[in-house]
Amino acid sequence: MAHAAVMQPPVKAETGAGVYNEKLGMWVFLGSEVMFFTALIGSYLILRVAQPGQWAQPGEILNVPITAVNTFFLICSSVTMVKAFASIQEGNQQGLKLYLILTVIIGATFVGIQIYEYSQLIHHGFLPSGYREGSELAEHAAAGELPAAIGLYGSTFFTMTGFHGFHVTMGVICMLFVTWKAFRGRYTATDHRGVEVIGLYWHFVDLVWIILFTIVYLI
Amino acid sequence: MSWLLPPGVSTFAGDIDRIYYLILWITGVAFFIVEAGLIWFLIKYRARPGRKAHYTLGNNVAEVVWTAVPAVVVIMIGVLSGGLWNQLRGRDAIPDDAIPVEVRARQFEWNVTYPGSDGEFDTGDEFTTRNRLRIPVNTPVVVYLESEDVIHSFFVPAFRVKQDVVPGMRIAVWFEATVAGDYPLECAELCGNGHTTMGGTVSVLPQEEYRRWLTEQNQTIAAR
Amino acid sequence: MATMAAPLEPASEPHAHELSFVKRYIFSTDHKIIGIQFLLLSLVGLFVGGLLAMLMRWQLGFPTEPMPGGGILPETMAPGGILLPEFYNSLVTMHGTFMVFFAIMPLLVGVFANYLIPLKIGAPDMAFPRLNMASFWIAVPAFVLMVSGFFVEGGNAGAGWTSYAPLSANPEYTGVSAGQQLWCVSLVVLGLSSILGATNYITTIVNMRAPGMQWFRMPLSIWSLFITAILTLLAIPILSGAAIMLLFDQTLGTHFFLPPGGGQPLLWQHVFWFFGHPEVYILILPAMGMVSDIIANGSRKPVFGYKSMVYAIIAIGFLGWIVWGHHMFQSGMNPLLGTTFMVSTLFIAVPSAIKTFNWLGTMWRGSVHFTVPMLHACAFVAMFVIGGLSGVFMASAPVDIYIHDTYFIVAHIHYVLFGGSLFALFGAITFWYPKMFGRMMSARWGYAHFFLTFIFYNMTFFPMHGLGVGGHMRRIYDPTQYEFLQPLQPINTFITISAFLLFATQLIFAVNFIVSWFRGAKASANPWNDTGLEWTTPSPPPHGNWEETPTVYHPPYEFSSPLVEEDSLMQSQRLEQPAVSQAER
Repeated sequence: MAHAAVMQPPVKAETGAGVYNEKLGMWVFLGSEVMFFTALIGSYLILRVAQPGQWAQPGEILNVPITAVNTFFLICSSVTMVKAFASIQEGNQQGLKLYLILTVIIGATFVGIQIYEYSQLIHHGFLPSGYREGSELAEHAAAGELPAAIGLYGSTFFTMTGFHGFHVTMGVICMLFVTWKAFRGRYTATDHRGVEVIGLYWHFVDLVWIILFTIVYLI
Repeated sequence: MSWLLPPGVSTFAGDIDRIYYLILWITGVAFFIVEAGLIWFLIKYRARPGRKAHYTLGNNVAEVVWTAVPAVVVIMIGVLSGGLWNQLRGRDAIPDDAIPVEVRARQFEWNVTYPGSDGEFDTGDEFTTRNRLRIPVNTPVVVYLESEDVIHSFFVPAFRVKQDVVPGMRIAVWFEATVAGDYPLECAELCGNGHTTMGGTVSVLPQEEYRRWLTEQNQTIAAR
Repeated sequence: MATMAAPLEPASEPHAHELSFVKRYIFSTDHKIIGIQFLLLSLVGLFVGGLLAMLMRWQLGFPTEPMPGGGILPETMAPGGILLPEFYNSLVTMHGTFMVFFAIMPLLVGVFANYLIPLKIGAPDMAFPRLNMASFWIAVPAFVLMVSGFFVEGGNAGAGWTSYAPLSANPEYTGVSAGQQLWCVSLVVLGLSSILGATNYITTIVNMRAPGMQWFRMPLSIWSLFITAILTLLAIPILSGAAIMLLFDQTLGTHFFLPPGGGQPLLWQHVFWFFGHPEVYILILPAMGMVSDIIANGSRKPVFGYKSMVYAIIAIGFLGWIVWGHHMFQSGMNPLLGTTFMVSTLFIAVPSAIKTFNWLGTMWRGSVHFTVPMLHACAFVAMFVIGGLSGVFMASAPVDIYIHDTYFIVAHIHYVLFGGSLFALFGAITFWYPKMFGRMMSARWGYAHFFLTFIFYNMTFFPMHGLGVGGHMRRIYDPTQYEFLQPLQPINTFITISAFLLFATQLIFAVNFIVSWFRGAKASANPWNDTGLEWTTPSPPPHGNWEETPTVYHPPYEFSSPLVEEDSLMQSQRLEQPAVSQAER
């Protein structure tokens, strides 16, 4: 690694983790994020095992196709993120800017689609508290086509996907900052810590989504 | 200020108390050894002119000893406690012949429901008393705990019985009182503004008296 | 999260030019200033928590009597000076919350992790100075939010510091809504502060140790702060998740913990204690580490069994994750789990015993100097022993049936958190005060404060064991309502008077702290003849800590080392004839 020297801490130090501070810090921070999602996902699993009757069949309430497309978008954004990183490693400023902008756009699209999905669900009568009274879904439930109560379904669905969406939003904001710096030429082939660190976060958020998509939408 | 437990009047109170006193002895001895050692060292090795501290980094033998001894002691406490715990709360702990009673807790009262003459709940012949649980002496009783609102805790100090009452759950707790008399029942879990007032009484009646009272109640219900 | 961007910037080099007052003392990125900011904030938290305890003690000692001066409280809290039960519940809740989250935890971690880590490992600052500043300025609004709960309609949260659902999840049960929501929001905000801090501490310790500062040359204070940071990093987000779910139950109508909608009250307890037990060790490990430093210094001897002390810290940190169920023996949790949790809990006694005996071993054949910090450290050992031993009672599930939720538990937690952590903190503050402020705290006032605190502390908390053994429940507003507790009431009165004296004694500390700041004797660079790196730089150290990064040649506790004439050998002292300490042979 030609740029290793630049990425060492600015002062003399014992050999630590062998990676520069920002990268180590992000790994550590992601450890904390893992525990945060563990708390939410763990609660979901416990509640679902205890009250399986409160969950509708996959696709009955949630719109799986549109979310599958959204999942595909998010995976694409991870690819563009990798491309951005690969570009700057070779000193390709144009590639870096292009792929960062693409990542921002796709990330924002993901959030946009999620907001649309939420608005549709709420419109049909699926709320964090369960069915909205008098809504379309509530009528289906009354007709016996859907579970009688889906309070826990709503609680866990909106909390988990909502916090994931919040994380994507924060990622997009930080990515905008990185993009702005990229346009000011702050990253070079030897020092591009910001790009790598935001990339780690981005891939993590992507990974969380794949887990959430599987356990919330598909089973 | 006393380390002595108040008298226990259930069949297992003695077993619990025995472990308590065992731990009291063990921790008491440990307490005196450590505190006396501390004070002794502080006095004996206080700084005096012309004496330098003895440079030493540790002693493997000593460290192994004071690792192993506490380990052995806690294993012993664990085994004893585990055995009793299973006896009290294990899968088949509740005696088959235990008299069933239902206690429904709510802010801030205990409602005690008896199954009525058929011995079954939800058959229409139950009757309910408030804040007073009447049970016969020398007879196992199983109490089914339910809550209508928040978490309460069914605490009868004299029986060494404490069990949280959790809304959405039906939790069985059993005991057998050995001495007739009235004993306080308390709520041990913060349950709201009136938590402090959520008390009641457990009346342990001689068997004959209990039977008479029960018959009376059942007749009243039947007459209604 | 907006601070995400901060680590992307290289560390600035602020000592190149003069900084404005605001940048130097308020929005400072200097870890030492941030540590002092945390110190001031958390001492205020300690005062608030103490004051709330005094109000509670009045009610318990003199139930239904009007409190002298209580007339200044509004009608919604204490009409005519008589505390209302709902206000009492808020006091119970907020005393615990403030002491745990806004006093002990920030004192140990916010103050000493910030102040000591760079100075003791030979780094110029934290890995992410601006993130560090953010972590303090995020803690401030959390504090304000928590205090503001007292001034909203319905009063402050009243479901206990553990906020057991459903009492906490549905305003119907307590009449508190905004207060409980503020509790949740405040803890989520504070959690962000803690997580950012922990990220910083871990990165700094791993990556920024001065040359020669190998892992096993780190002082135990740094080891314990390191393990604590890992626990904080992994435990706090669980609390955040729990608090968010609780908040949604109250505001969005979700059903996580509310049985009518299918939710589970025990889920809250599992999640809360899965955070909560590591939290307990967050509240004691740094105290253990700093006490080890102080005892070695006060005894002029290396810490006895340094490596096993390190392993004991790690073991406690690990065991802390698998014992949470011991808070729930009587909760209705599957009793079979009780046995598992009982065994893991009892095993915590082993590393705790190792630590205790090693502290005694450190004093053994030492040359004990009774400085104020040393006295506090010895009190820590003496009191931690009581707190640790009383923990054995409740670790035994059958005994816990009786003592659970009684004053025995209250006594236990105060022996660990006050007798343990707070004595350690008084010692640590006194010990590092000269480094922080460049002046010594008055020893005479220090002795007075120590002895009075030690006496009144024991008078306050020791009798609580007896109350618990007598069956006295926790968190009750008026014990005299129960006939069987009436004989115990004189003990309650005695405790209350002792508590008032204990509180008053802390004024000595406050005055000593403030007056010494301006009038204290000027401190030399190394007033305690210690061996740590922080004592090689002036008191207080300049921005950047050292002109040149120190190099470490020796293990942390080379007191009375045969290698030198003097009774201490600095970690960074280069010997003319290179020699290896016995500790590393």
